[in-house]
Amino acid sequence: MAALYAGYTLRGLAPAQNRPNSGIQGVEAERDSDHVVVTDSTRCVTLYKVSDQKPLSCWTVKQGHTLTGAAVYNARTQEYVAVSDRKVIRIWKEDDIILDKAFKATVSSDVWRVHCVAGGDPVVLFHRGAVRLLDSLLSAPQQPIEEVLSPEEAISWSTNIVTESQQFVIFTTEQKGDHFLYLQRLNPNSLQRYHLEREEPGLSPLSFSVSYRDKHIRLLYLYPNGHVYESVVSVRAPVPEEGAQALPLPRSLLLSLPVGEGLLQAASAQELDEAHVAVVGVPHPSAGSGKDFLCIWNTNFQTLQAGKEMAGKIYGQLWSFWNKLFIPHGKTFSVIPYDCPKSSLASALGKQRQVKKDESKAPTSVPSWNTLLHEEKAHPSRTAETRKTTAPVEEVQREVQLLLSRTDTQDLQTSVGQLASTLASRSLNDPAFYTPSSLVQLVHTRYLCHSVCPDLVLLALERKDYFLCQLCLQFFPDIPEVVTCACLKVFISMSDVDAAKVNLEPDSVFFMEALIAQEHEAGLNGFSLADEEDRSDNLAEGGATAQRDNEKASAAEQMCPVGLHKAVLLNEILQTAYFDSFLLPHLKDLSSQDVVLFLQYLQFVYLKFSHDACKPTQGLRSPSLTQVMDWMGLLLDAHFTVLVMTPDVKDLLLNLHRFVKSQVRFVSELGKIEGSLQELDKMALKRDVGQYSIEIIELF
Amino acid sequence: NLNVPKARNRKIQMGEFKVHRIRFFDYMPSAIRAMAFSTRTERLALARADGALEIFNFSDNYFQEKVLPGHDGRAVEALCWVGPRLFSAGLNGEITEYDLENLRPRYTVDAYGGPIWTIGVNSQGTLLAVGCEDGTVKMFEVLKERIQFQRNLDRQRGRIISLSWHPSGTLIAAGMMDMIRIFDAETGRATHRLVVDRGAGASKSKEVVVWSIAFLSDYTIISSDSAGKVQIWDGLNGTLIRTHLITKWDVLALSVSQDESSLVAGTSEGTVVQFQFLSSTVDRLDKDWVRTRTFKNHSHDVRALAHTETAVVSGGMDTQLVVRPLLDKVEKNTRESAIRKVSFPHRSLVCCAKKAGVLLFQFPDHLELWRLGESDGYGKPGGSLPVKRGPEKLIQLKRKGEDHICCSALSPCGGWLAYSTVTSFRLYRLLNGSISICKVSKLPKDLRPAHQLCFSTDSSKLFASSSNSSVVVVALNEPECKYLGTLKAKYGCRQPVHLLSASENGKWLATANTDCEVHVYNLDKLKLHCTVPVYGSCPTAMAIHPTTSNLVVVHADQQIFEYSLVKKEYTEWSRRLQKQGLHSLWLERDTPITHVTFNPKNPAHIIVQDLFMFCIIDKSLPLPEAKNVLYNQMTLRSLPEPDRVLHSHGFKICKDFQHLLCVSLLEDHSLVVVERPLLDIVSQLPAPVRQKKFAT
Repeated sequence: MAALYAGYTLRGLAPAQNRPNSGIQGVEAERDSDHVVVTDSTRCVTLYKVSDQKPLSCWTVKQGHTLTGAAVYNARTQEYVAVSDRKVIRIWKEDDIILDKAFKATVSSDVWRVHCVAGGDPVVLFHRGAVRLLDSLLSAPQQPIEEVLSPEEAISWSTNIVTESQQFVIFTTEQKGDHFLYLQRLNPNSLQRYHLEREEPGLSPLSFSVSYRDKHIRLLYLYPNGHVYESVVSVRAPVPEEGAQALPLPRSLLLSLPVGEGLLQAASAQELDEAHVAVVGVPHPSAGSGKDFLCIWNTNFQTLQAGKEMAGKIYGQLWSFWNKLFIPHGKTFSVIPYDCPKSSLASALGKQRQVKKDESKAPTSVPSWNTLLHEEKAHPSRTAETRKTTAPVEEVQREVQLLLSRTDTQDLQTSVGQLASTLASRSLNDPAFYTPSSLVQLVHTRYLCHSVCPDLVLLALERKDYFLCQLCLQFFPDIPEVVTCACLKVFISMSDVDAAKVNLEPDSVFFMEALIAQEHEAGLNGFSLADEEDRSDNLAEGGATAQRDNEKASAAEQMCPVGLHKAVLLNEILQTAYFDSFLLPHLKDLSSQDVVLFLQYLQFVYLKFSHDACKPTQGLRSPSLTQVMDWMGLLLDAHFTVLVMTPDVKDLLLNLHRFVKSQVRFVSELGKIEGSLQELDKMALKRDVGQYSIEIIELF
Repeated sequence: NLNVPKARNRKIQMGEFKVHRIRFFDYMPSAIRAMAFSTRTERLALARADGALEIFNFSDNYFQEKVLPGHDGRAVEALCWVGPRLFSAGLNGEITEYDLENLRPRYTVDAYGGPIWTIGVNSQGTLLAVGCEDGTVKMFEVLKERIQFQRNLDRQRGRIISLSWHPSGTLIAAGMMDMIRIFDAETGRATHRLVVDRGAGASKSKEVVVWSIAFLSDYTIISSDSAGKVQIWDGLNGTLIRTHLITKWDVLALSVSQDESSLVAGTSEGTVVQFQFLSSTVDRLDKDWVRTRTFKNHSHDVRALAHTETAVVSGGMDTQLVVRPLLDKVEKNTRESAIRKVSFPHRSLVCCAKKAGVLLFQFPDHLELWRLGESDGYGKPGGSLPVKRGPEKLIQLKRKGEDHICCSALSPCGGWLAYSTVTSFRLYRLLNGSISICKVSKLPKDLRPAHQLCFSTDSSKLFASSSNSSVVVVALNEPECKYLGTLKAKYGCRQPVHLLSASENGKWLATANTDCEVHVYNLDKLKLHCTVPVYGSCPTAMAIHPTTSNLVVVHADQQIFEYSLVKKEYTEWSRRLQKQGLHSLWLERDTPITHVTFNPKNPAHIIVQDLFMFCIIDKSLPLPEAKNVLYNQMTLRSLPEPDRVLHSHGFKICKDFQHLLCVSLLEDHSLVVVERPLLDIVSQLPAPVRQKKFAT
């Protein structure tokens, strides 16, 4: 959802004596996203560094002269261009200190404005509608300027855009209540005139905004009755003949804004992107009829996305450059950063889960004196989480308890995520702060996942909170392989004594206890048989001693190589989801002792499982046989060369090899049975009945 | 020990049967050519390639009520219901109206336009339009007793293959070669010409045939053609709206549902493709014909289609009639939601002479007489015996005339053979063990072509059902046959008799007609004895018990009734059966019982048979409970002995034999089972269109 962030003041406005205008004539972009040129309505042009809220330079014309056109910055020549006294064009550079010493040229007709946008050449628009490129004008300043507009027609607004191939000057005029749009192409020059459809009689557009997208120029205009229209003009529209009638300009109603009582007086609408419009001077739909709001509306879904009250009088002026809105209001000229993410229906309705990123992405705001002085009012809605940054552990726990006992679970989802990540980050930063029970509670809500609070698992590992680790492994569906591996590393290298102290989830402990306590019975699924055979193979090679060794070894296999709690934790690892190509590189980081131990444990589990394969786990969470096999395979893949070189592991590997052999044999036996069953099937079908037979049947 | 004889006794009661399993009846159904469904009467008329017509009653378990035998010269290409009247048109250039009460053509009218490809009636039922080879659409006025030529519409170059009336009756769309013409039905002028694209590639040079066409009330025209397309046209402007390419082969048939929200198209690949008139997104009003489902129930061309309210009915070269319910229209997992295939007629084509051990097979154009084989020795249940003497084909009798055989009968002694077509009746005397045959030339005049024939058990009388549900009784004597009388039902019975059954003692004759009426006549008095209370479903088989004189009637809805002719009321057992209700598995069977017979050794046994099983109903045993599993014999056999007794019930269902056309019990207590495996029929069909299969 689009958002308006906390604004800050660029400068104060000169105390206005009931002046209808703000005293600011124009704001233009300068060299980068942090610089703007502000022209006030009298004599002064100021260059600001926005983030510093600080003027860098200021140029003034002599007393008696006035600036009649906003200064623009020509990025190509790094010069500023402004118009004073309607006919004098002034050009200067940043190092020129005194404006009157800079270049000036007097032209033969009144200038409306000079326009310049990045990628285009400066263009001069005259009062009577003629357009000249600045360069060509300056080559002969006194050249005659033709009159394009009829005598009663007057320009009301103008702008300048650059498309891929052409530069356009766009301006609107008014003539006896009718409004026209002029589209002036440059190089080759051509002029199109469009007639804007009449709104209710007597209503003139309050503001215009233009944008260029998909080979079309989109004109957005706001009427005092709150209607925002959009008209689309193709840049490739056929050039009409000279003197042709003004074409009607089709329009579509984008928004119908609430206007409260009466018509809008000073308001402005500015298109932000294809789906969002910023409007100032229009009442907030849920805040009475005060018209001092800045709102962002989504035009696709007709929804209000963000709103902000602007203190003081609104002048109906609004500029937007680089995700910042520039608004003069009351006695201040504010800059308000905004953000319009790609809109979707879900986000428009506020249903989409907001990815928690605003903290990191929000522009660094420098507190202004104003906000510092009038602190309390400016921040009415501080969230509970921010307050917690200083609260003691007990209070946090109480608050979390309270939060979780709330019933509106819809809202809970986002707040739980925010809360958990805040708690986690605070705990990481502050070694004294840790709230295990709150975190456990939060994880238990099952609203969390790893991507919401990526620090949580690592925090739990750091604080040796293995219970929390276990819960995270259980409940988070998206733990990355690297974290899984980190957990594995910690678990496997943990001493059994330490592990025994850990409090773990009882179900998984029960399961493991049962598994360890199982009596060794004769193999049921054929593994033991295979074992026997292999032993006889070995006998042939190594004689009776080998057999004894093997027996000893197999007795040892029945002992769990790790302690109970350690085994429980390892089981959790076995059950997490992973993708083997991502897991493999991390597995290689394990030390060979760890690998051997883990392999021994896996072998133990496998043996237990295969001796009692069909034993149901009675709803307890337990790793499946396939998971055990897969992990075994992965471990061997990752460390095979090392393991082969290690003499102690030879027995283990031989044992594992025997598993595989027995499995292969088992499968091949199954295949044989399948084959013979199929043959039986065929034999049953063979009995062909000819055309005639005499049979005996028996009925019961 | 008393138990042993008891067990043996029980075994004898049910016991072992020697079964003559016969698979040499190479009956071959004819391909389905055309179909017409009447929503008003819920009857489906179906025409086969040999000219035979069948009427199915969809409201009565899809029972095949009537069969009108074929005719050599008649090639029905299209069918059309006009109210209760049925018209057909064919490549012989004639329009025929049928007499559905006497199961014969009522009259034929030559259209004088060459072969007729299509016929259609306007929604008012006043005008018939036929499309002819010579390029004319001819209009016939439907009068009360006949039809009369009215006029021709503008003659076109090329034949008229298909046509469809607009529901308003003012416009006719006609499918031709390479184009569709729209005619104004009042002025007869062609108003639009819609050009249909030819297929791509090599078939570009081949004319495209518009096989079928449908004119919807919103002036949309749907066409299907030989290039595999179903096209949707705007009939007012004559513009193509959409093309659906659904096959590489021909799309031969189209049918639109009554409410015009769904249509089906049948292709040469054997698929039926459904289109539905849907809006592309919810809440949008603009609807479009969207291809929704594809059914593949046929191996060959789908030539005829009917879209009923709840199902798609299709038929074609593979001779099967398939009723495929649309699962969005019927309740799931009910009888209605099951797919039905009708592969064989719902009546018996086999007649078994019980005393002589001779079988009569009825084909449309000939009769075959076979003597059963013999074997001696005994075998174990489940095994087969060595055949000492194989079966023997005694006689193949070719019918005379162009009309196909409609019914035939063989006397129980094997000495008489009778058959009838719609125009003639013939009786033959078989001598010397049925080897020599001679025609009985002197027949009583009253013995007219019959709908059904039956001999008395002692072979002394022949019963032939005639018009208005009457039955002619003829005494069979060596030199001459004597007319004994006509059994007439009460006044007003007009429907044909389709079942005849004489009692063993020669005293009773029961008849059943398609109005569901069952009459029983006293043969001594040649008078109506009683009428069984009319039940709402058509009788599919019946027989009179030899000793108790109870009439057992089985209906199309699978209900079984036993009616005492002596007491003129339903028997105790029948009431009990009705009270308890039949087992749901019994009721869910989808083929009707086509034969009822009795076991002379055990009067409590009734033997009934449908296409997939035969069943010995033992009235002395308890009926199967609804909640219990209805074990068939195959399952029972696999059970251990004590369980068998536990699960045994009065319905001994044997599914060892499939696609049964006849089950009969000979006098020597051996069963005759005539099977016609579907595979044998499929193997005789021509090769289907070639389809590219993976890796071929």
